[in-house]
Amino acid sequence: MPKVTIDGKEYEVPAGITVFQACELAGIEIPHFCYHPRLNIAGNCRMCLVEVEKSPKPVASCAMPVMDGMVIRTDTPMVHKARRGVLEFLLINHPLDCPICDQGGECDLQDLTLFYGPDHSRYRENKRAVADKYLGPLISTHMTRCIHCTRCIRFLTEVAGVPELGGVHRGEHMEITNYIERALTSELQGNIIDLCPVGALNSKPYEYRARSWELRKTESVDVMDAVGANIRVDSRGNEVMRILPRLHEEVNEEWISDRSRFACDGLKYRRLDVPMVRRQGRLEEADWREAFRAIRDRLAGLSGDRIAFVVGDLACCESMLLVRELAARLECPHLDCRQLGEKLSGRVRAEYLFNTTIAGIERADLCLLVGTNPRWEAPLVNARIRKAWRLAGLEVARIGCPFDLTYPVEHLGDSPTVLEAVAEGRHPFARRLEAAERPMLVLGAGAVARPDGAAILHLAHRIAERYGLVREDWNGFNLLHLAAARVGGLELGLVPGEGGRDLAGILEGAARGEIEALFLLGADEIDLDRLADAFVVYLGTHGDRAAPRADVILPGAAYTEKNATWVNTEGRPQRGRLAVFPPGEAREDWKILRALSEALDRTVPLDTVAQVRARMAEVAPTLSMVDAVEPAEWGPFGEPGPVSDAPFVSPVRDFYLTNPITRASPTMRRCSREILHGEAPPEEEVALSHG
Amino acid sequence: MSPRYPHRRPVGEMAPDVETFAFTPENLEKAREIIARYPEGRQASAVLPLLHLAQAQHGGWLPRAALDHVADLLGMPRIQVYEVGTFYDMFNLEPVGRIQVRVCTTTPCWLCGSDEVLRACRDVLGIEPGESTPDGRFFLREFECLGACANAPVMWIDDDYYEDLDYERARRVLEAIARGERPRPGPQSGRRASEPAGGKTTLLFADGEE
Repeated sequence: MPKVTIDGKEYEVPAGITVFQACELAGIEIPHFCYHPRLNIAGNCRMCLVEVEKSPKPVASCAMPVMDGMVIRTDTPMVHKARRGVLEFLLINHPLDCPICDQGGECDLQDLTLFYGPDHSRYRENKRAVADKYLGPLISTHMTRCIHCTRCIRFLTEVAGVPELGGVHRGEHMEITNYIERALTSELQGNIIDLCPVGALNSKPYEYRARSWELRKTESVDVMDAVGANIRVDSRGNEVMRILPRLHEEVNEEWISDRSRFACDGLKYRRLDVPMVRRQGRLEEADWREAFRAIRDRLAGLSGDRIAFVVGDLACCESMLLVRELAARLECPHLDCRQLGEKLSGRVRAEYLFNTTIAGIERADLCLLVGTNPRWEAPLVNARIRKAWRLAGLEVARIGCPFDLTYPVEHLGDSPTVLEAVAEGRHPFARRLEAAERPMLVLGAGAVARPDGAAILHLAHRIAERYGLVREDWNGFNLLHLAAARVGGLELGLVPGEGGRDLAGILEGAARGEIEALFLLGADEIDLDRLADAFVVYLGTHGDRAAPRADVILPGAAYTEKNATWVNTEGRPQRGRLAVFPPGEAREDWKILRALSEALDRTVPLDTVAQVRARMAEVAPTLSMVDAVEPAEWGPFGEPGPVSDAPFVSPVRDFYLTNPITRASPTMRRCSREILHGEAPPEEEVALSHG
Repeated sequence: MSPRYPHRRPVGEMAPDVETFAFTPENLEKAREIIARYPEGRQASAVLPLLHLAQAQHGGWLPRAALDHVADLLGMPRIQVYEVGTFYDMFNLEPVGRIQVRVCTTTPCWLCGSDEVLRACRDVLGIEPGESTPDGRFFLREFECLGACANAPVMWIDDDYYEDLDYERARRVLEAIARGERPRPGPQSGRRASEPAGGKTTLLFADGEE
C-alpha cells in the first residue's frame, strides 16, 4: 500500500485510489463539483485542485492516482488561490439569482463561494445566457446556471443506462440537452436533480413551492415497490413537499426511482379523510362510532367462516398484525396478503425472499431472470444488476418479459416450458449454470401468480438445487416482489389457515354468496366485479378502485403519516416514520383495527405501538431485527405439476401507475401519458423552455 | 443569433422538419465499406465519415433524421451523434446554399487581409456571412483557422482551398465559380504550394537554381 503525506501527516492508503479519495480517507474535505464517487471521473470542474510536491502546477485531485511517497498539501496559499480562481471563472457566467433559485440553501456552488469565492465580481462583460431545455414533466431546467460538470450526463449514461443527455456544441457555446425537446425516459431520472451541484436541474413538481430551510426532514422508507428504498420526507406544515433519497449502501445506494420521488403529490388528492357508511345505496359521511356500528350490525351472527380479509400492497406490518389478531378472534380462516395471487405458501422463508440480497447481486456471475421486468418492477434492483454487469461482468439471461433492461440480456424464450427444459438439463443454458461460480435466479412475483405458479416455483426450486444455487455462503434463489407489504405479510403468516380460502377462493366465495363480509386493507388491485353482494369494509387512504364499492370506508394513514414497519423483498424490516399527520378523521391503521376489535367485542389487547411490536416479534422474530437481513433456511417449496406454454407477462403494465397513491398523483399520471404513451408535451412548457 | 456562429440557433429552434432520411443504396454500400475499416466493436469511429456522406447526399446539410439514421446504423445513442454533429463546424444543421464558401478570419489570415477577402465575397455574392443567396446557390460564412496559415488569407470552397488571396483574386475565383467553372485550387499568387513568398531560399542547387 502506498504511503502518502497529506498536510504533513503520513497515511497508508489503498493502491489505485485517487488523491481526492486519499484526502477523503484522511478526513480532509476537498471542494468539488464534477467528481462523484459513483460516477466515472470527468475532471472538468477543476475545483478539487491541490498542491503536490514536485508538480509545478496545482493538480486536479479527483483524476490523479496516488503514488507512493506523494506529498500532498490541501491548505496552502497556492491551493486557496487556485480554488478562488476556479470559482471566479465558474461564476463569470453564473447568474446571481440565488434568491429565486430552488437550489438556494442547498447549493454546492453557493456554499463553496461562501468559503472560497471572491466577494465581488471583476467581470464587466455580458454574461452568457443559455436557453432552457424541455426534459419532461419531472425536471425543470435553468441552463444559464449550468456549470457543465456533466454529472447528469454521466448518471444517465452509466447508472441509469439510458443515454439521453449530452453536451452539444462546444467551448463557450456548449449546452447540456437531450436535443429533442421530449421527456427523458429513464425511470431513475429524478436523481439528476440531486446530482446537479447548482440549480440548473430542478424538480418540476416542487419548483418554487418551498425553500429548503423551511422543511422538516423525516427519515423514512419508501413503499412504492418492494425494494424499501431509504428516503427523507421533507414536509412543511402538514404537507409533504418532496421526497429525497437517503444513503443505504445495501439497498438503494443513494438513488431512488421516480415513482418513489414524485408520487408524493398523490398524498394530497382523492384522500379518504372521514369515515363513510353506505345508506340507501349511497356512501355518506359518518363518524367513527357510526362506521363501527354499521360493521358490528352487519357482522352480528355471522360466523367467522363467512368473513374474509384481503391485504393490499402498501400495508405496514403493524396493521397486518392487527388483521391477523382480529381474524383469529373472529375465528376467520380466510385471510390473504397475496393480492396478486402469488402461489407462495409462506412456510419456508427462502421461498419468498430475495435471498441473494440486493448488494449481493454484485457478487454474482450469472443471472437468470424468470418472468420479471426488473426495470419496472424494482428499478433499483435493475440498476444494481446493471452495475454488476458494467463493473463486474455479470452475464444476464431471461425467460419471458422481453423489455429493454439497459444491459445486454440473452433471451432464452418466453414461456415456462423453457424453464422446464433448463430444470431438466435439456437446455444449453444448463451448461452455463453448471459452469457459473455464483449463479442467481430471479423469479418475478408475476411468474408465481399465474395459475401454474406453484409448478413454476417448483421448477425454480429444482434449478436452485440442481445447479448449486444454494450453498453455505451463497443463496442464488430470489423472489422479486412488487409490493412493500408482501414480505411483511408472509412473515406474519397472513395466508389462509386451515380450511381457509386464498384470494381466488375468497373472490369465488363472495361471488357465490358464501363470503358475506370482506375486509380490504388497502386492497385495490383485486377483481372487484366478483364481490357480488358481499359487505365490503375498506380501510385505506385513497378513493381509488375499491373505495367506491365499499359499504363502510375507514380512512387510514398513508406511509408518510405513521410510524410503521415494512419488510423489503430481501426480508429486511425497516421503520418508516411519521412526517405529517393523516388528514381529517383518518387515523393510523392499526389503531383503527384495534378500535374496531373493541367495537366488535373481540378486543385485541394491544394498546401501544410498543405492545404491537412486541407481539409482532413473537409472531415473527425477524421483524424485530430492524435493518438486518436474517438469512433464510432452505427447504422444499412449490408443487410439481404441468406448466403451460403461455408467455410470462410482467404484472406492471404501467410503471407510473401501480398503486392508489400513484394513481392519485397528477405528476405520475402525466408521466404515464407523456413518457409511456407518447402524448406531446404541453406546448406552453416547451415554448417557455426556450427562454 | 450570434453572427460569429451563424448556424447556431438555440437548440430548441429546430431546423425545418425533415421526417425521414436514409442512405441511397450506393451510399449505404459506401457506408458499409467505411464501417468495415474499423475493428469490431469500434464502429462508432465511423461517425464522422458517415456524417460527411450523409451531408453530401442531403445537399450540404444534416437534418435531425440524418443524424438519427447514422446513429441507428452505428448502434450509437442518438444524443452522441447530436454531440458530434453540433461540435464540428463542418456540419450544417440547417439548409444552406449548395456551394459553401468559408472564409478563414482567424488571426494569421486576418493580419494578411481576410477582411478584404470577405469584402470580395460580399460584393460578388451580395450576402453577409451566415447567409445563403436567394437562389440557394451560395452559402457564405466565416470560419476559424483552416490550418493553411502559410498561405493566408485562405478561402475554402466546397472541397478546395484557395490561398494567397486578396480582394481581386478572391473576386476572380468567386466570379469563375459563379459562371460554373472550377478555378485551379491552391495559391492564387502564382507561387508553388507554400514556398516562401519571395522565392525559395533553401534546398537550391549549388548555382542557386532550382
